[in-house]
Amino acid sequence: MGTRKRQAPPPAALGRAGTKKDLPDHFKSYRHVWVFIELERGQVHPVSFELLGEGRRLADQLGVQLAGVVLGPPADSTRHAVAEAFAYDADLVYLVEKPLLTDYRNEAFTKALTDLVNAYKPEILLLGATTLGRDLAGSVATTLLTGLTADCTGLDVDADGSLAATRPTFGGSLLCTIYTLNCRPQMATVRPRVMCMPQRSNKPTGRVIRHDLGMLEEEIVTKVVGFLSDGQSENANLAYADVVVAGGLGLGAADNLQLLKNLAQTIGGDYGCSRPLVQKGWMAADRQIGQTGKTIRPKLYIAAGISGAVQHRVGVEGADLIVAINTDPNAPIFDFANIGIVADAVSFLPALTEVFIRRLAPGNSSELR
Amino acid sequence: MHIVVCIKQVPDSAQIRVHPVTNTIMRQGVPTIINPYDLFALEEALKVRDLHGGEVTVLAMGPPMAEEALRKALTYGANRAVLLTDRHFAGSDTLATSFALSQAIAQIGNSFGVPDIVFTGKQTIDGDTAQVGPGIAKRLNLVQLTYVAKITSIDLSARSITVERLSEGGTQVLKSQLPCLITMLEGKTVIRRGSLDDALRAARSAIVKWSAAEAGIGDITKCGLRGSPTVVKRVFAPTPREKKAVQIDTTEKRVHDIAEEVVACIFTHQPTLQHELTSAGSV
Ligand SMILES: Cc1cc2nc3c(=O)[nH]c(=O)nc-3n(C[C@H](O)[C@H](O)[C@H](O)COP(=O)(O)OP(=O)(O)OC[C@H]3O[C@@H](n4cnc5c(N)ncnc54)[C@H](O)[C@@H]3O)c2cc1C
Ligand SMILES: Cc1cc2nc3c(=O)[nH]c(=O)nc-3n(C[C@H](O)[C@H](O)[C@H](O)COP(=O)(O)OP(=O)(O)OC[C@H]3O[C@@H](n4cnc5c(N)ncnc54)[C@H](O)[C@@H]3O)c2cc1C
Repeated sequence: MGTRKRQAPPPAALGRAGTKKDLPDHFKSYRHVWVFIELERGQVHPVSFELLGEGRRLADQLGVQLAGVVLGPPADSTRHAVAEAFAYDADLVYLVEKPLLTDYRNEAFTKALTDLVNAYKPEILLLGATTLGRDLAGSVATTLLTGLTADCTGLDVDADGSLAATRPTFGGSLLCTIYTLNCRPQMATVRPRVMCMPQRSNKPTGRVIRHDLGMLEEEIVTKVVGFLSDGQSENANLAYADVVVAGGLGLGAADNLQLLKNLAQTIGGDYGCSRPLVQKGWMAADRQIGQTGKTIRPKLYIAAGISGAVQHRVGVEGADLIVAINTDPNAPIFDFANIGIVADAVSFLPALTEVFIRRLAPGNSSELR
Repeated sequence: MHIVVCIKQVPDSAQIRVHPVTNTIMRQGVPTIINPYDLFALEEALKVRDLHGGEVTVLAMGPPMAEEALRKALTYGANRAVLLTDRHFAGSDTLATSFALSQAIAQIGNSFGVPDIVFTGKQTIDGDTAQVGPGIAKRLNLVQLTYVAKITSIDLSARSITVERLSEGGTQVLKSQLPCLITMLEGKTVIRRGSLDDALRAARSAIVKWSAAEAGIGDITKCGLRGSPTVVKRVFAPTPREKKAVQIDTTEKRVHDIAEEVVACIFTHQPTLQHELTSAGSV
């Protein structure tokens, strides 16, 4: 990441984010940017790295340090998570390592994280807007009586050093910027794939600050008695797929979904859909793309028979290349697609699949055609 | 068994339009509905009541017109409705909202029996934060069970509950204790049609209306704008993509030729893709 620029201290007269309210003195000791490293069943959720990328930028703007927070059992996976936090450019890591942090449970994680905040006082705390992150962020913010901005799509610091957290509203037709006044830390969640994945750095392991967790298993009411893996772990990867093919109501019938799947398989991608297909029961809910589904950021996104409603658009705008197939030349999707094809998806998808098969066959590179 | 279900009245966002020039939300004439996710919570609460007996109280915080949402909930079969309404609540963020709702739930406990389960929806379709459920749980010191897909069993004598909860990559099976707060996931079950009796009762029933003071809220500075650490400072329209789509000419061409052109265009835009797809695809 190279140079760390330090910003001049903000002019005091501006006040906080242009309001007249000043941060109470006891909050002025809150410094540095923290990212919660989400570790579940041995895996670090990639959203944590995306947040470290954002956190790095904010910390550099503020001229403060970036810390990762790792909560987990005494195990290799936890040590791996610590190493990964440094690899993604954290300056230090706060670590609580206890057997009762093996499975995620709200009670234990809330206590571990709030204790850390109270002891070391960060000014900004970022978490992934996953089921785990939202469950945790809500209780931590309430315990600390501070502000929490949900599902941010943009994070910045103002001249006076306050966090400007921007999130979509009314399904993405508008954006709003939210500040946390008079309270610390300023907390925000961000959905997976909304921010770019940063480069790994070759930074050596840094300082690890261990903290105790004054809690016994007997104090935790909730017990995990089982875990049913969704088995189709590739589903969980839709958000992280490099190539995604999705269908909408324009496909006309559930049978036509096979056309999507064929294309996805041909080009090694995953498939998804717009919300109405989930509501019709044509596809599983975890394949929905958009505001109330997954956010994707593939290199190639092919949308067939999708109108491009704003709630869908917000989930796909991070794609490098959007190809839209729609019979209606005025469909809103053509406003944000890169390549548009006014055609019947049902006849076009098989043709596209066929061409891909030929073009991608070994020894059949474009030069040879 | 006493169950409280929190429901929020929201604008039917499918019908919301943003004014193209002023970037303001055109609320006029937009109908309001019960937050769709809250109907799954209500249905689950009614199912639990079917099995274990007891009462379901629905609670909404909002302007006086939120009474409509509560009355609708009564037609589905809820026993009692409480509306928390006071101009002091205006401008509440999730911290202030969960404070007010938790105080009202405590007051419901005093007046009608302490709840064994508090339900909320997964999230709303307007504020859309999913933060109010956890906020209420923390403030009332209830066990917090979020993203619950299914209540597997409730043992009233042992005061235990087993649920399936969505987590990253699968489903956690959790065994916990009553009283608890459940944020209910949307499911396949649709809300029941209430009986004719319910409809008649809903029309007749008086809805309990509480001001902040009546809900037992002493410290008004924890409510509304004053009790909200977050403030919305700017509202603006997203910047449109500068370029419109490259339209592939599809007039009088064979679909196969169009496909050729599209694939060529994709590889021109993203030259690295050709290699990546070749190695990834199962051709
Ligand atoms: C609170 C809320 C949250 C929402 N969240 C999401 C979300 O997360 N994700 C989401 O996707 N939606 C979401 N929606 C719904 C969204 O508003 C749209 O209704 C939805 O995206 C439309 O889906 P669609 O494009 O498949 O269908 P439609 O809008 O009906 O579009 C179908 C398109 O197919 C085209 N078409 C018809 N026949 C053909 C053919 N033979 N070949 C090619 N094209 C054809 C039509 O021209 C049309 O453009 C949400 C809505 C609300 C209110
Ligand atoms: C555009 C916009 C963005 C916002 N962003 C934020 C933000 O980032 N952080 C923040 O703290 N606040 C935010 N707010 C304020 C927030 O929307 C309000 O506090 C709201 O009253 C509750 O939050 P929610 O709608 O997100 O509810 P959620 O937390 O999504 O609701 C979860 C469940 O809680 C229950 N519930 C919620 N509200 C009520 C109610 N009034 N009565 C009864 N039950 C209820 C319902 O069962 C609901 O399903 C925002 C508001 C707007 C308009």
